[in-house]
Amino acid sequence: MELRAKLPSGPLPEKWERHRAEIKLVNPANKLKRHIIVVGSGLAGASAAASLAELGYAVSCFCFQDSPRRAHSIAAQGGINAAKNYQNDGDSAFRLFYDTIKGGDFRSREANVYRLAEISASIIDQCTAQGVPFAREYGGQLANRSFGGVQVSRTFYARGQTGQQLLLGAYQALSRHIGIGKVKMYPRTEMLDLVVVDGRARGIVVRSLVDGAVSTHVGDAVVLATGGYSNVYYLSTNAKGCNVTAIWRAHKRGAAFANPCFTQIHPTCIPATGQHQSKLTLMSESLRNDGRIWVPKRKGDARPPHEIPEDERDYYLERLYPSYGNLAPRDIASRRAKEVCDEGRGVGSGGGGGGHGVYLDLRDAIARLGRRVIAERYGNLFEMYERITGESPFQRPMRIYPAPHYTMGGLWVDYNLMTTVDGLYAIGEANFSDHGANRLGASALMQGLADGYFILPYTIGDYLAQAKLAPLDAAHPEVRRTEAEVSERVARLLAVGGRRSVDTFHRELGRLMWDKCGMSRNAAGLREAMQRIRVLRDEFWSDVYVAGKGADLNQALEHAGRVADFFEFAELMCHDALHREESCGCHFREEHQTPEGEAKRDDERFGYVAAWEFRGVGEPAVLHKEPLEFETVHLAQRSYK
Amino acid sequence: MRLTLHVWRQAGPRAAGHFVRYDVADATPDMSFLELLDVLNQQLIARREEPIAFDHDCREGICGACGMVINGRPHGPRRATTTCQLHLRSFSDGAELWIEPWRARAFPVLKDLVVDRSAFDRVIQAGGFISVRTGSAPEANAVAVPKPDAERAMDAAACIGCGACVAACPNASAMLFVAAKVSHLGLLPQGQPERGSRVVNMVAQMDAEGFGACTNHGECMTACPKEISIDFIARLNRDYLKAVVRYPLSVVRGDGGGNG
Repeated sequence: MELRAKLPSGPLPEKWERHRAEIKLVNPANKLKRHIIVVGSGLAGASAAASLAELGYAVSCFCFQDSPRRAHSIAAQGGINAAKNYQNDGDSAFRLFYDTIKGGDFRSREANVYRLAEISASIIDQCTAQGVPFAREYGGQLANRSFGGVQVSRTFYARGQTGQQLLLGAYQALSRHIGIGKVKMYPRTEMLDLVVVDGRARGIVVRSLVDGAVSTHVGDAVVLATGGYSNVYYLSTNAKGCNVTAIWRAHKRGAAFANPCFTQIHPTCIPATGQHQSKLTLMSESLRNDGRIWVPKRKGDARPPHEIPEDERDYYLERLYPSYGNLAPRDIASRRAKEVCDEGRGVGSGGGGGGHGVYLDLRDAIARLGRRVIAERYGNLFEMYERITGESPFQRPMRIYPAPHYTMGGLWVDYNLMTTVDGLYAIGEANFSDHGANRLGASALMQGLADGYFILPYTIGDYLAQAKLAPLDAAHPEVRRTEAEVSERVARLLAVGGRRSVDTFHRELGRLMWDKCGMSRNAAGLREAMQRIRVLRDEFWSDVYVAGKGADLNQALEHAGRVADFFEFAELMCHDALHREESCGCHFREEHQTPEGEAKRDDERFGYVAAWEFRGVGEPAVLHKEPLEFETVHLAQRSYK
Repeated sequence: MRLTLHVWRQAGPRAAGHFVRYDVADATPDMSFLELLDVLNQQLIARREEPIAFDHDCREGICGACGMVINGRPHGPRRATTTCQLHLRSFSDGAELWIEPWRARAFPVLKDLVVDRSAFDRVIQAGGFISVRTGSAPEANAVAVPKPDAERAMDAAACIGCGACVAACPNASAMLFVAAKVSHLGLLPQGQPERGSRVVNMVAQMDAEGFGACTNHGECMTACPKEISIDFIARLNRDYLKAVVRYPLSVVRGDGGGNG
């Protein structure tokens, strides 16, 4: 396996333009004959499918949900970044680029990130034209707010439902093409394997989630827009259906997996309440604009929050990071929350006293701006919080705790977003490209849409124009073999007939990953985790019970397949975390920290992307390094003090 | 908490369904409604019975996947709350709950509580969009949008497409769903060029899918987890009338959709 990033030459601001001028185009008549398979219908998948159809390609789009409108991008709350500089506060493409590189703790590619920053402005234009109802000022212009990790106001938003509105924009564009027959949509259909013929991605094997039928779809290129793998932790802010299956199966067919240990733990989620907890709910980071985070100064202080006087509160982010305060980046805010809770100063539902929570308090903002303004800004978030906890944030500070939220790691891709398998692309959260070791708030939506609307539609043409692809039919031996493997695996899951439910295995794996490969990691813990994962995986395959039949709507079976893949993937994640003997961004190795407890990078030894090659389940993956070269930015220890 | 559930079980689209009684003894008030079903499903699996199928995904009230009729009310008793966000503190200990799928001709049951809502997607495909080619958009601030219009558009755009409005309506009408999209796009300057064709084509598709007509019961608005107002239905009717008066129907229908 060879990693060729294909980064264009020339000065940073000219790279993308040069590249676009150089890449090959497919002539309009030939586009009609090219069939592109897009898996996933979130921001990246829907925008890509719509844009590719618009160019004339024949597109098939797949999603496991009952409608493409339900992809998990819909749950993004806070906003989308763009270097429009509408606020005249000194923003620029360069500043957005720099903030993103620095926020990612210098573990992403300069060229990719600069391109993302450059494209950001066009995304806002595109979405506005589609009718996305962004927040506006009284003069009718678009409004902005600020977000963690930056000092300019560049985030566009639609109340607390920005992801929903952007996704509906993309969904509507996709729907238009479905309506006129340019995109064939397959909802309730799950990709279970990738078909590779002569080293090229030529199709996917899918299972209908309605009747269980397994079938193969062949095409000229495959685009994976299947999101992230936070559900390896079981409890995360991801939707219940989010999974690693599509990218893991692609990995097993030859696509390198990059930086799997870079997982983001979001600082502001509603704390878990009991054993039955099925997922965690995020409270938008935008609350940190007006909210102040604190815990009692004293350990085990059990008084209700309003009885704790001002001088007995520790606004620890403001204390530790005076210049960024409550807007410190996510990784730092999360780690510090864990730290104060580990000290026994966390708060629980009944008030203080060793709980797993910290206060996010909007009292001062309510006093300063009035209840009406706060309700306008955060009304729907407050309601959501109250529905879940039964407490009103107007009366009592919210309790929050970090939760797995986003995964920066993903399939390794080159500058064209192509993986190490020719003709296989990964876009959005499914790839590793732009966020390094930590993603800044409001950047996921930006990246998903940049990839789908403005990058992939160009770059995929470069491959299709040059690849000489022989026609492929469903009777090809490779197609049949892959399809047979899928059917066999489904049958195997049903045949185990053990004693434990899928859910109990998933919970146990999740707990293990959270404890050993979560917010902070150490070598001994990771080694132990890898060993326990193997034991648990064997137990899964010998003792799981999957109810129902294969040829039916069978949700337990769907879940079983996903958990089986998480079991294989989790080991790679720990392996990556163990090998990276440094702390950077969200990857915090306890052995590597500064005296102040900040992440201590080792650029000499680890200034690279770790891309892993699959060698078999339980076999150690092979490491390939893509060195990160910084031509423009100066590597520095991140400081938000 | 101890709860008695009567859950609609139906093996497949053509199978006959019936209620099955289950007792859950270890529910807690801070459990969500779907977590209650999770707990019950774990019990069923332990007894080697098939778990109850139900749609769900984000469990944050935004994806629109979940939805069931609880004691006769879509999404249950709490105002502005999806099933996934409904917590058991809304019920009293010992309560008896009847749980059914959405019931509407246009939403056939696939299994247990899972229904096929693809009719909604086809209504959007018929015209619920603004045709703008990727890359051809003008600078975003070139067109100012009055804040009240943007806010009103957002009120309508908040629809999550769950189908509770249809389930609540005695006629199984989808007027609130269609009205929300027609209003969202029709309130914005960007949505004006296709305003006429959009409403005509969406309404035609809505009728073709077998949804009923609106007779102003207002049940839809009460059930809507996003509290979308039936004022938008008035807008829909007005837009429809204007469109068909302004152009012959054949012209309006012909220009819908664009050609990519």
